Amino acid sequence: MRIALFVTCLNDALFPQAGIATVALLERLGHTVAFPAAQSCCGQMHANTGYAAPARQLERLTEAAFAGHDVIVSPSGSCVAHLRAHTALPAYELSELLVDVLGVTDVGATFPHRVTYHPTCHGLRALRLGDRPATLLRAVKGLDLIDLPEPEQCCGFGGTFALKNAAVSGAMLADKIANAESTGAEYLAAADNSCLAHIGGGLARHPRAPKPIHYAEILAATGALS
Amino acid sequence: MAVMPFAVAAERELADGQLRANLGRATRTIRDKRARVVAEVADWEPMRDRAAAVKDEVLDNLAELLARFEAAAVAAGAVVHHAQDAAHANAIVTGLVQGQRAESVVKIKSMATQEIGLNEALEAAGITPIETDLAELIVQLADDTPSHILVPAIHYNRSQIRELFARRMPGFTATSDEPAVLAGAAREYLRRTFLAAKVAVCGANFAIAETGSLVIVESEGNGRMCLTLPETLIAVVGVEKLLPRFADLGDFLRLLPRSSTGERMNPYTSIFTGVTPGDGPQRLHIVLLDNGRTQVAQDPVGRAALRCIRCSACLNVCPVYERAGGHAYGSVYPGPIGAILSPQLTGQDAGFNKTLPYASTLCGACYDVCPVKINIPEILVHLRQTGPKPVAERAAMSTLSWVMRDRRRWRAALRAARSGSAPLRLIARRHGGTLRRAPWPLSAWTAHRDAPLPAAESFRDWWRRTHEQS
Ligand code: SF4
Repeated sequence: MRIALFVTCLNDALFPQAGIATVALLERLGHTVAFPAAQSCCGQMHANTGYAAPARQLERLTEAAFAGHDVIVSPSGSCVAHLRAHTALPAYELSELLVDVLGVTDVGATFPHRVTYHPTCHGLRALRLGDRPATLLRAVKGLDLIDLPEPEQCCGFGGTFALKNAAVSGAMLADKIANAESTGAEYLAAADNSCLAHIGGGLARHPRAPKPIHYAEILAATGALS
Repeated sequence: MAVMPFAVAAERELADGQLRANLGRATRTIRDKRARVVAEVADWEPMRDRAAAVKDEVLDNLAELLARFEAAAVAAGAVVHHAQDAAHANAIVTGLVQGQRAESVVKIKSMATQEIGLNEALEAAGITPIETDLAELIVQLADDTPSHILVPAIHYNRSQIRELFARRMPGFTATSDEPAVLAGAAREYLRRTFLAAKVAVCGANFAIAETGSLVIVESEGNGRMCLTLPETLIAVVGVEKLLPRFADLGDFLRLLPRSSTGERMNPYTSIFTGVTPGDGPQRLHIVLLDNGRTQVAQDPVGRAALRCIRCSACLNVCPVYERAGGHAYGSVYPGPIGAILSPQLTGQDAGFNKTLPYASTLCGACYDVCPVKINIPEILVHLRQTGPKPVAERAAMSTLSWVMRDRRRWRAALRAARSGSAPLRLIARRHGGTLRRAPWPLSAWTAHRDAPLPAAESFRDWWRRTHEQS
């Protein structure tokens, strides 16, 4: 199948590994990936911060960039939720594409590590991803999936919330980190690098806490990470 | 109550360890209880849809249903007043109490009377309002303000309450802080008050247009006392409390207790219509309060906030409310519903209201539990888009969008960010690639977490190198 990748502006600039992993994974499964170069941002950050007009321009730009593509995948739950609410694009979050469209739950990955999964609010409540990501992770060879306590609790990121309400955001983050640490996992995985930038930035200050990783990188992995 | 931006107030409240512990424990208990009893109801989701539709029907036909309610209530012996705003409503109620030559009134917990500041208005006229809901009484005795819609004293624990009663409640002698002992003492104190009261003031959970009836849902029985003993009863009712038909009430009486207290059924539900000679209050005044509601009903997105039945489920699941507490919202309505209702009712520019739509991560937990399916995140975003914004932020946002709208500009920006941050990458290497301390304005980020740096190669450069140059 020919699948167009919406990598998202954040991954493009800060976390290209998530996009690279998505490409590697889909190509390994025998699909062709397209990357329409006119894409940049879906407009989510502008819309949620209160800037409707620039958000609309970016939504239209994304629609134009992906015109003619029947299946679009993105390794970001919140961006897919935004596209679904504001455009007519056939956009799928990675686990939706794999499980619902391609019908695979075992992607042939190997990742011999202890992993805990944070479902993220958009994945949980806007897209209702349910157990799709966990199903995919459980099928990964060598992976030990450990339940995260209070998984449904928001990590406190919320886009500009993290800056505008830094103290409350920090308090929410502290609780998420304590829960992540209690699992004894080596990695904390999620479907959104925006949440992971925030959680990971906090985890970096706790030497024994799990390391942040986008779950696409786990699904693309074929062996242990150092 | 000192009014300050939400973030500042929240930070101050966060520093209060006792408050955080009290709130965290209380909200977690109610939230788990609610989840359990809601899961028991097989038709919960269709019931939420029906309730939302009934409330939307009310908002679509507000004027007509108000007229129908008034006609039915008057026919049953009530006197109906219309109040445009808070001052108008306070003047009506104060005048009615003075007309009865009463020096005090007993009150049933009511958000509408808090919204208009009725207690302050009565006190200014020399009339003593006495709150008879236990938690409201605690807050009143402490000269404090409520911090939760349903559990106004949620920020107190029982030893703090015992100490308060000992200081402020006449005749209180108990040394135990057992809830039953504290409630018993309050009951004795209130019983004397009920028997002497000439006038009671209440709100209403629902007003039935078809029959002119008012419905009050409460847990302590204090409402029953207020509704039956005094000769005169004054109800202050927000116009959005209407339900078209008596038959609509059933769904709401199932939704409300499970959502608010996590109970299957409400302990005391009073439904009363007009005046019955020789039985109960002989004078019933109903003050229909607008106070901005008709205006809010004109906003196609924001109006859904008027469906609210004040169950407070959204407060109990809100991670921001749980940490900041109700006082940080600086408004009568706290939590997620307060963040969408207060700016709409009292103006988006009004001081602290400006910051309320941002007091949320848009995590959506509130929308999931709301029994009338108010899409609170959607309204928060709507208010952010229509409200005032900082000049510097506006400039940054439009520059960013201008850069992002052109692929050459975007690629150049990615490269510039990468080379500009190259020196930082050397420093960051010490912490595994993240930045521990950044200058303003990013210092707000690094105060709580490391910052990521632009990647050494952007995704699009990787794609070009690996997929386009072969
Ligand atoms: S907004 Fe919904 S959940 Fe919140 S108090 Fe109102 S009815 Fe309850």
